[in-house]
Amino acid sequence: MATTRRMILLGGLGTAGALVVGYALWPSHRLEKADALAAKPGEKFINNWLKIASDDTVTVVVPHCDMGTGIYTALPQMAAEELDADWSKVKVEAAPPDTIFANGPLGEGFILSTQGMTANDIPAFLRGTVANTFRSVAGYMDLQVTGGSSAVRATGVYGMRIAGAAAREMLVKAAAARWNVSPSECTTKANKVLHAASGRSLGYGALVEDAAGYSPSANPPLKPKDKYTLVGKSIPRVDIPKKVNGTTNYGLDVVQPGMLYAAIRISPVFGGKLKSVDSKTAETMRGVKKVVSLDDSVVVVADRFWRAYNAVEALDPVWDNAGNGKVTSAEIAARHNAALKGDDLKKDITTGNGADALAGGRLVEATYSVPYLSHAPMEPMNCTALWKADGTLEVWSGTQDGLGARAFCAKVSGLSMDKVTYHLLPMGGGFGRRLPGYFNFLEQAVRTAQAMPGTPVKLIYTRDQDMQHDYYRPNVTSHLKGALGADGMPVAWVNDYTTDDGANSEAHIVYGIGNQAVRTAKVPTHVPTGPWRSVEASWHGFFIESFVDEMAHAAKKDPLDYRRAMLGAKPRHKAALELAALKAGWGTPLPAGSGRGIAMFESFGTIVAHVVQVTVGQGGALTIDRVVSAVDAGMAVNPDGFKAQIEGAIIYSLSAAKNGEITIDKGAVVQSNFPDYEVVRLADTPQIEVHLISSDAPLGGAGEPGVPPLAPAIANAIYAVTGTRIRELPLKNHTLTLAAR
Amino acid sequence: MTVKLKINGTEHVLDVEDDAPLLWVIRDEVGLTGTKFGCGIAQCGACTVHVDGNAQRSCVTTVGSVAGKEIMTIEGLSANGLTPVQQAWIDHQVPQCGYCQSGMIMAVSALLKTNPKPTDEQLAESITNICRCGTYPRIREAVRALGEKV
Repeated sequence: MATTRRMILLGGLGTAGALVVGYALWPSHRLEKADALAAKPGEKFINNWLKIASDDTVTVVVPHCDMGTGIYTALPQMAAEELDADWSKVKVEAAPPDTIFANGPLGEGFILSTQGMTANDIPAFLRGTVANTFRSVAGYMDLQVTGGSSAVRATGVYGMRIAGAAAREMLVKAAAARWNVSPSECTTKANKVLHAASGRSLGYGALVEDAAGYSPSANPPLKPKDKYTLVGKSIPRVDIPKKVNGTTNYGLDVVQPGMLYAAIRISPVFGGKLKSVDSKTAETMRGVKKVVSLDDSVVVVADRFWRAYNAVEALDPVWDNAGNGKVTSAEIAARHNAALKGDDLKKDITTGNGADALAGGRLVEATYSVPYLSHAPMEPMNCTALWKADGTLEVWSGTQDGLGARAFCAKVSGLSMDKVTYHLLPMGGGFGRRLPGYFNFLEQAVRTAQAMPGTPVKLIYTRDQDMQHDYYRPNVTSHLKGALGADGMPVAWVNDYTTDDGANSEAHIVYGIGNQAVRTAKVPTHVPTGPWRSVEASWHGFFIESFVDEMAHAAKKDPLDYRRAMLGAKPRHKAALELAALKAGWGTPLPAGSGRGIAMFESFGTIVAHVVQVTVGQGGALTIDRVVSAVDAGMAVNPDGFKAQIEGAIIYSLSAAKNGEITIDKGAVVQSNFPDYEVVRLADTPQIEVHLISSDAPLGGAGEPGVPPLAPAIANAIYAVTGTRIRELPLKNHTLTLAAR
Repeated sequence: MTVKLKINGTEHVLDVEDDAPLLWVIRDEVGLTGTKFGCGIAQCGACTVHVDGNAQRSCVTTVGSVAGKEIMTIEGLSANGLTPVQQAWIDHQVPQCGYCQSGMIMAVSALLKTNPKPTDEQLAESITNICRCGTYPRIREAVRALGEKV
């Protein structure tokens, strides 16, 4: 599944610009099917993502799931802006996980392929469309995936805006025809088409039937930025009211008539299989209905969850460890180090004289590493499934891809897509854990349901199962070398790093260094890995921005000035660094024991610079006092929502930097819950300031880019205070002392 | 094995074991799903409810230990519309995924009853609930704003 992480999460958007031309709105005959699927009485689809009701209300149908990033507000803002809709008459709902609502038909094709399905599994009437689109459209738009910080910069820019503008154009045509005037004489405002010359106006609701008959334009005129009234405003998030009174229903909250509950124990060793289990004792416990043996796990189904859990804990399953029962973190680390010393490094990029140029200056050299990390979202993995008597399947779960989840459940159950109903629910956190390719919990729930025909079963992972059966942020080691010229500036940059799939474009540096070599060494392990908030940037940001700091100190130069000197061709990056430094008071005196570190990294189309201020106490206790962040994402559609994402990314990254570490012993994960996988709480929360930079650059992502520069900024601040260079995360494994300086 | 629980002012006579966890009884037996499961070992606070007005982590509370006491969940707190804490959560746009916020709001509401104007330090000492989305800066702001109104 190497393509999933790389292509879906990072690769796709590089070519997204092509979608401006390639993106096609539905031909009008598809609207009937959409109406049948998702229009309520009085509503009508006008194009892919927009419904208009007889009372002029506009409903934006969002082909993403809610995991807390605010896209159910930001995306409708973009559509409503182009449609000239009054925000009080805009509603939002989730697109059904149906082929017709795929985020572009290619999505289905791509997702099907990752699930081992083919175009033959697609309903006949859609095959031509998929085939055509496959040729002309590439990239992220075509999925129902929520990930890769893609919602606003792909769905919003290439979908929502186009849909809103095209719908507006269609409504204007309909009104002009009704009045027998030229469309150019008509204007739109607050869900109405106006004809100033005659003083006539018609609401969108009265026009939608006629308007839907026009073919939508793929290139409708878009509003210039200076005419925006909704985009760029901090409109309160529409999902928040239901999140303060407990009424948002997550996957965990699904209730179905006659529903039973399931608790699971999965083979502790990855890849292990269930050999045998004596279920007699568990079967006599109160409420237990069945003990189900799966390939990799044992499941107890009971009338209440705590009874299922007590019973599964009472089992003593025997596992086959698939030959992985002796693997330890130390042994994996040794493999990484050996691979980097080996001869089979694979070239990624070489510029200038590459590694040969190392001889042309003073050598600086260091080895960095980061550990495996668990996602640990607050809502543990869960899924409710019902295997019906008529041979169909109904599934309820929160995932980062409704359509992908449906396709996966079809594959697991051996059914065709049309026999699987999938209900997509809001997620109590995702961070990459709930993306397609990482659906172990769906498979186990479907298999359990197949053993309980006619009964809905809700499978819930306990926290230890969630933490020990994740798809981890990979552990990665990087061996960095730089050669400093007479002026202290680098003349050569060499980065050899380990990877569990291929080369990562995030290892390519933004700094102007003439001779570069980047090489990879593949180190496969039995530990399952997957995308974790900011994916590959989460480690390359730490390696690169720490090592640049090392070079600056080796050259006895200020780390900010050092970076600025290498960013001549990158004014936006330079500006972000300078703004963060300015707002943080870079260079101004601090009390003894306190210091600042700076780091900057671009990911998902957004440049983020953090200045972190830390204090190291006499006993070595580390406090992260303040984080000042400057962010250039072109423009923030919802500035307050964008800031919240950066704040959240800082906290998520801080948890990892301070304490995050999944270790392996006897082939299994050692950590099991928050006491041994500690995360940041209020007491550890620094003061955070986020400054947004407006530029004319294309819109960047919001959810992930705040993560990568945080850890190096902390490590650089620690160096400034203590003289100790942190080259391995997490920080909890280091003893700090003020004595070094 | 009958246990009498008074939840949000309503008495429930339930056929459950004395040592059944309050969290799962609230969710599975009584059918109130606003109270969430996060860790099962009183580490994260997603399951926080009020017992006789005090914040308590329901995942490690046995129903036998709270029989006859006044139990309040997020549904009970919200019974008469938004409380000032909930309104402050909206004003400061606190929630992201929102999953931890029932517990967070219950914990903060209990604290503010005894200490309506906590310092940042008192807040951090009292509220040890986990939020993985990282809404802590806004929680701090919201509580500061509530304190200023006292």
